[in-house]
Amino acid sequence: MIVGNVVCPFCGCLCDDIVVTVEDNRITAVEKACTSGRSLFLNVHTQTAKPTVDGKEVEWAEAVDVAARILTDAANPLIYGLSSTASEAQRKAIALADLLGATIDSTSSVCHGPTTIGIQVEGEPTCTLGEIKHRADLLVFWGCNPAESHQRHFARYSVLAKGKLTPGGRRDRTMVVVDVRPTLSTRRADVFLQVRPGHDFELLNALRALLKGQDLDVDQVGGVEVARLQDLVERMKSCRFGVIFFGMGVTQTGGKHLNVAELVALVAELNAYTRFTAMPMRGHGNVAGADCTLTWQTGYPFAVNFARGYPQYNPGEFTAVDVLARGETDAALIIASDPVAHFPRRAAQRLAQIPTIVLDPEMSLTAQVARVVLPTAFYGVNAAGTAYRMDNVPLPLKKVVDSSQPTDEQVLDWIIEKVKTCSA
Amino acid sequence: MAMAEFVLITGRTAKQGAALSRGKDSSEYRQATGFVQMSREDRECLGVEEGRRVRLRTVFGEAELELREGDVPPGMLFVPLGPAANTLIAADTQGTGMPDSKGLVVEVELI
Amino acid sequence: MLGIINGEVYDPQNGINGEIRDIWIKDGKIVSADEVERAEAEIIDATGLVVMPGGVDIHSHIVGAKVNAGRKFRPEDHRDHVRTRTTLTRSGSGYTVPTTYMTGYMYAEMGYTTVMEAATAPLVARHTHEELEDTPILDKGVFITMGNNHFIMDCIRKGEREKARDYVAWLLGASKGYAIKIVNPGGVENWKWGRNVEEVDDEVIGFGVTPRQIVSTLAWINDELKLPHVPHIHAINLGQVGNARTTVEMMEALEGRRAHFCHLQFLSYGGKPGKRLRSGAAEVARAVNEHPNITVDVGQVIFGPATTMTSDGPLQYRLHQLTGDKWLNDDVEGETGGGVVPMQYKRKNPFNAVQWLIGLELFLLIDDPWRVYLTTDHPNAGPFFRYPQVIKLLMDRDYRAEVCEGLHPRAKKGALLPELDREYSLYEIAIITRAGTARALGLKNKGHLGVGADADVTIYAKLDDKEEMFARPHYVLKGGEVVVRDGQLVRELPGRTLYVAPPYDPGIERDLRAHFEECYTISFDNYPVAPEYLPHGEVVPCS
Repeated sequence: MIVGNVVCPFCGCLCDDIVVTVEDNRITAVEKACTSGRSLFLNVHTQTAKPTVDGKEVEWAEAVDVAARILTDAANPLIYGLSSTASEAQRKAIALADLLGATIDSTSSVCHGPTTIGIQVEGEPTCTLGEIKHRADLLVFWGCNPAESHQRHFARYSVLAKGKLTPGGRRDRTMVVVDVRPTLSTRRADVFLQVRPGHDFELLNALRALLKGQDLDVDQVGGVEVARLQDLVERMKSCRFGVIFFGMGVTQTGGKHLNVAELVALVAELNAYTRFTAMPMRGHGNVAGADCTLTWQTGYPFAVNFARGYPQYNPGEFTAVDVLARGETDAALIIASDPVAHFPRRAAQRLAQIPTIVLDPEMSLTAQVARVVLPTAFYGVNAAGTAYRMDNVPLPLKKVVDSSQPTDEQVLDWIIEKVKTCSA
Repeated sequence: MAMAEFVLITGRTAKQGAALSRGKDSSEYRQATGFVQMSREDRECLGVEEGRRVRLRTVFGEAELELREGDVPPGMLFVPLGPAANTLIAADTQGTGMPDSKGLVVEVELI
Repeated sequence: MLGIINGEVYDPQNGINGEIRDIWIKDGKIVSADEVERAEAEIIDATGLVVMPGGVDIHSHIVGAKVNAGRKFRPEDHRDHVRTRTTLTRSGSGYTVPTTYMTGYMYAEMGYTTVMEAATAPLVARHTHEELEDTPILDKGVFITMGNNHFIMDCIRKGEREKARDYVAWLLGASKGYAIKIVNPGGVENWKWGRNVEEVDDEVIGFGVTPRQIVSTLAWINDELKLPHVPHIHAINLGQVGNARTTVEMMEALEGRRAHFCHLQFLSYGGKPGKRLRSGAAEVARAVNEHPNITVDVGQVIFGPATTMTSDGPLQYRLHQLTGDKWLNDDVEGETGGGVVPMQYKRKNPFNAVQWLIGLELFLLIDDPWRVYLTTDHPNAGPFFRYPQVIKLLMDRDYRAEVCEGLHPRAKKGALLPELDREYSLYEIAIITRAGTARALGLKNKGHLGVGADADVTIYAKLDDKEEMFARPHYVLKGGEVVVRDGQLVRELPGRTLYVAPPYDPGIERDLRAHFEECYTISFDNYPVAPEYLPHGEVVPCS
């Protein structure tokens, strides 16, 4: 059987043109996907996995019971992850956090959390990816490397895409990359500005000054000659439709949210000359969805705490790395992410010290230190659901092969019911 | 035992992305995340060949990695996202939720 | 089974004006007295209380991409406005942009049971429906923005209006929408070039069509498809001094076809462009009075915080330049755009004060209450939960004069409002908040208490202070279930999502596949919102 128009849930591109061949409930071929997407589809297993408690296989009812007890007994539980599950499950996870008075945070906090903070300061002039495809003649990639992290971005949405006003594709566009090092993406660029690590804010600030017609009394800023910055400003002012795509080179480096606020301010100001937009390169398949669901249910996109019975928001106080590293969390429910593999050591270690519950189709490094492991179906491969692309366009994830595993949504429902009876 | 100071950048790579789906216990994942890239100039200056194990140390932790030559500017090291990179980055987020994952000062020691 | 006895009933659709009546309810519907076993029915004694159908809001921004973007980038809006979780209800936060659960609860507590989301780009309708499912109690529908749609503008240019008609029918079904929404026709497309439209016959760049053609074609399509609502129009030049002229021209461009003009206050500005704002309410109200094919809602300004959010991209950029506050813009490929900017309306700001005056003047100068409805274009001119204050302003001349006193002197000079003695009656309030809106929306089972109507009922204490009276009804029934009792929310139910599914020539899908290949970044097959997204969906027939 051949299934077309499958949405790949790997990264924020959510390419929806994947063709998957299924034989005997196994995926045998994947067309159009990038190497990461191919690997995802070809490696999803379909054999039945039982939940475990303390490493021993148990029935689902028992595992859910233990998980619910851990969460109700905890004084300050954390629910974390969410970026690789469907929005249907994210909504349940937030309901559970509300019920428990827990802290809830998504992997946004360690990728584009600073972007959110920057947006809350300066705003967000943006658009959907189709506008870039059809209109943009100037593409700036700042602190990101889509050639490796979002491999089909260039072809589907940006550099190579042929659109209404850009019928020539690559030759109708100018590509600028700002990064601290040469990458596969910088090699494709017409202009590469190599900024010294930690100097992004200064560079953005200098561009704003030049845009306002101010003279800079230095020869270079952040390792880049002022003449080249002036050239970039002229390109920006004179293009038809411009965009800055930005990644973790902006959000994870010194300045963090201040860099994003500065970038947004620059883009907003450019709209006095031409149309200009900005877009964060969201990493995980449904990390944008985690922002969306958390926002419509709590008012805030990450770093939310319900201890007072209502949502409170404070990055640094209620973000996962902080509550773990400070030792405040006394139980954790990790959904579809692997903080042990991606968090600073001190935060990761805390997860091994406290009762941790993992909902994940994969035996992640976090699952290996968890008390309760709940193996669930893989959204977009063996379960249907919804994911939000990096530009917040929602797409339907398909079920292409069957699985006997329950979905994250189902398991969260079971836990919610159990918690309600525990606390009643 | 040579020691030198560098600026550390961590980040995603295509191989690391693809290896994620092979499982974190897979040799693909270990290989995709278990190396550090250094410029040719720095490598020659330190007098160390490719493939050597080196120890990276920040104020937050240390990790042993395989040295590879890569297209990074002199003075900079690149380590793919993964368990090794995590031992080197800070848990302090300075009130943002985001650890300092890029631009840390790191020492390299040959082992 | 349930009976509401001895209440003072206001049911304008059935001509009942404050008579003492009993209302009987069975299986979620209003029934006649002989269909009910009285001994088994719960009886609500409404002696001395006012009984009305549940409120029906014709235009409010409560869910979807723009609203959520507003929530996300305004934490300062939520911090001091929170709702604590109870064993029955979810927690929430937000003042001008409350969370979904909180929105459902607050509307219900104010006696409203049906609310229309005023604008969604079809590309992101799936998101809107996810939020609607998390908005409890209320029955809801979504208006689908089409005034800058590439496929429609292409059809108009080529003179293929039948094809445009089939596309609109397909699009409403695919996005599970309720009505055609038109926002700044052509102007949002031109904004993608950094421009706008200023006249009804200005050209849309790259399409060679005009706002007039877009509006008249969609009005024709609306009639052809026999949609329950009419085209819902946000006209050109919104917020611009002197726009009253183009607003009237837009009404005339319809050539007698039916349409609804939303948040008319923002479109009734007199004076000369670039000069100081004067009220254009008299001119626009006269046009409304002369055009029986037109209904309007007002978008009354409420002094205090607001969040402006529209699909009108160029307007939002202008507001950003005006206030210097943070700016969110979202151009949507081939369909529309949008923006969000925080706002603060101040009595002492002469512009804001005139805006406030214009809204009330429209209410009082438009003769037929069946054609003018209460909205604040939530949260653009103010939050929906301030409707009771607007009701008090309309019903109480002295209160009006009192608020007028505090306005900027320049705004008061020569203002029309102090001369207007009209006071709305409870009967008229029932028209502008439920009976009239339900009729305009074509919701035959809403907005009245006749046999067969949905048993959505609100019971108020009869108080002299009309703001107090309408802010906290004693009882609210939704579909026959008591959701508010003694002013307290006692029950959370899911609400329904109402949508239309007009028939179309399936041959259109071949054209659309090609159109999607060329114009979209998602495939044709992944575009329609599947019925699974609407577990409480209900098709409203076209006739």
